[in-house]
Amino acid sequence: MTYQLETAQHPETLRRVAIDPVSRVEGHGKVTILLDDQNKVHQVRLHIVEFRGFEKFIQGRPYWEVPVMVQRLCGICPVSHHLAASKALDVIVGAKKLTPAAEKLRRLMHYGQMLQSHALHFFHLCSPDLLFGFDSDVTQRNIVGVAMAHPETAKRGVLLRKFGQEVIRVTAGKRVHGTGAVPGGVNKSLTIAERDELLKDIYHIVQWSREAVKLIQKVHTQDPGLYNSFGIFRSNFMSLVGHNGDLDFYHGTLRARDDNGKLIFDHLDYQNYDQVIEEEVRPWSYMKFPFIRSIGKEHGWYKVGPLARVQNCNQISTPFAEHERKEFVDYAGGTPMHAPLAYHWTRMIEMLHAAEVIKELLHDDDLLSSDLMVEGERQMEGVGVIEAPRGTLFHHYQVDENDVITMANLIVSTTNNNQAMNEAIRHVARRYLHGREITEGLLNHIEVAIRAFDPCLSCATHALGKMPLEVELVDAEGGLVHSLSRS
Amino acid sequence: MSLTFTLDGKTIPFVDGETIIQAAGKAGVFIPHLCYHPEFKPHGSCKLCTVKVNGRHTASCTMRAMPGMVVESDTEEINAERRALTQMLFVEGNHFCPSCEKSGNCQLQATAYHLGMMSPHYDHFFPNRPVDATHPDVLLDFNRCILCSLCVRASRDVDGKNVFALSGRGIKTHLIVNAKSGKLGDTNFALADKAAQVCPVGVILKKRQGFAVPIGERKYDKAPISEAVTEGK
Repeated sequence: MTYQLETAQHPETLRRVAIDPVSRVEGHGKVTILLDDQNKVHQVRLHIVEFRGFEKFIQGRPYWEVPVMVQRLCGICPVSHHLAASKALDVIVGAKKLTPAAEKLRRLMHYGQMLQSHALHFFHLCSPDLLFGFDSDVTQRNIVGVAMAHPETAKRGVLLRKFGQEVIRVTAGKRVHGTGAVPGGVNKSLTIAERDELLKDIYHIVQWSREAVKLIQKVHTQDPGLYNSFGIFRSNFMSLVGHNGDLDFYHGTLRARDDNGKLIFDHLDYQNYDQVIEEEVRPWSYMKFPFIRSIGKEHGWYKVGPLARVQNCNQISTPFAEHERKEFVDYAGGTPMHAPLAYHWTRMIEMLHAAEVIKELLHDDDLLSSDLMVEGERQMEGVGVIEAPRGTLFHHYQVDENDVITMANLIVSTTNNNQAMNEAIRHVARRYLHGREITEGLLNHIEVAIRAFDPCLSCATHALGKMPLEVELVDAEGGLVHSLSRS
Repeated sequence: MSLTFTLDGKTIPFVDGETIIQAAGKAGVFIPHLCYHPEFKPHGSCKLCTVKVNGRHTASCTMRAMPGMVVESDTEEINAERRALTQMLFVEGNHFCPSCEKSGNCQLQATAYHLGMMSPHYDHFFPNRPVDATHPDVLLDFNRCILCSLCVRASRDVDGKNVFALSGRGIKTHLIVNAKSGKLGDTNFALADKAAQVCPVGVILKKRQGFAVPIGERKYDKAPISEAVTEGK
């Protein structure tokens, strides 16, 4: 299969520019660009440069360890893996329906995570680009710069994230890598003191989330020429939808639409995900390329995450977020919005929804219940699917009669967006880099397109630490022409 | 007249026949240990309870207390040795605390915290030790075995079943199951056995139950091992 700008015909004659690693994203990835003597772009690839071994090394482990083990894939949204694995193992222990308390406690944990992850991404990672400009002064284009120029915005970003982390702590025992969900339920409920502590802050968390939607809406609508076209490509999109087609991050059935919004499939029980989704391996990347089987590799790829979810659902169950969804849909003009930068707008609508759901849950006394576990007839196989901050996350396990894992398949959110991210950066490379001298600001345009998807490359790489950027322009003979770096 | 010795300058009473660690435990003084358990004959193998008696190293679980002994235990030198021993235990097996059901209830982990172990220090061996999941109620995860032999002693001396043994020599010493197949599922081992209750780490675990006790409510979340372990338990 060939995609435009994926593979150059004569790479040996071209110069290579690498963004390695991509900065202000979660995890470790790089972009390579091949240019000719006139700086015309011939090849652009987003690479995930390290190998993930989780699917292999949990084989042979007892199933009850898995929800706690697999969350170590990532330190950003471990709750997603924790809950997706728990949901798959619910199936295996025969827990067809959790107790109301267990379901709500898990939902609270998950929506706390959505809140903190979306806040982290928008305020810490992306607001520098959005507030200062993509090629603004690089020394200012970071969270410290935001804190200096817009102290209240930066402070709210920090506090929104902190609140989400606290929700996770009281439901999972720790802010990162807790143990709250177990196959068949949860291991703890909330104390009255824990609930009341969260209730003290939730009202201004909802208010700040509303204002965050307005902030990104203003940024987006003030420059429609840029925001509606930057990195644009058309694709299918997919997500879980809940009861009545509501936006639901925790549970539901799979729905996919084509680029015009027409349904491809709907009400699909995710236990049968492998009947509709297949993964392609390409030799140049460790990350697979999933696609919808019925459409095929070439046109069956899709995007997931906030932009897909907000447009895939029929409505949002909470009032403020539903109001914002309608404004977004109206702005899009009744057809699906495909602009990558619209991810930011929809992400903030989701953050608002998460805050509203947390508020509702905190008024539900089921959170204090001690009825936490169910079990049933043991099964040999289970699939758990959840809408992680970055998109649809699949966990699929088979367990033998001795309770040991024999097969695991994980399709992480960022993998679902693999082709989509590649398409976005190719569009940006054509539009902004083609025929020009490469500068740091221009290369940041590539990164802006990647960041819009909020990729969590950690899921694939397990990389830690800060992300310095070094760009080298090398001529056809391998000589260094130009070098830029930041630490 | 009562018998006494001094432990880090404190006078410890004892009765004839007691070991140093027994007397210290009764007096509320914690000496780190892993293979010692007050209900079983001492094994003297882990060496964590090593103290200095009148200037010479000895295992406090096997050395009988004697009147007038001058015993040093909680000193920088001895704790550094204990820490090194603990680090060696961590690298010899596969101790992945983050996903271990025993985390928070594990004596090895709690001892490492007590001794201020900040890293494994040595290169990991990463041995290949598949789990034995053949028993219907109990999982054996050999990755975490520290060769304390408590399960061996409990099965032999209390349960009368002789299900476990240590085999091999030196660095190749390992826990085995006394069955032709070598599998726990082919023995008469039962979840109610004493041997199923004594493992200080996460080798012998009840099946289908993981992380049932939330973080914050596990044994060593509530108190460090020096306070949680009384009378040497």
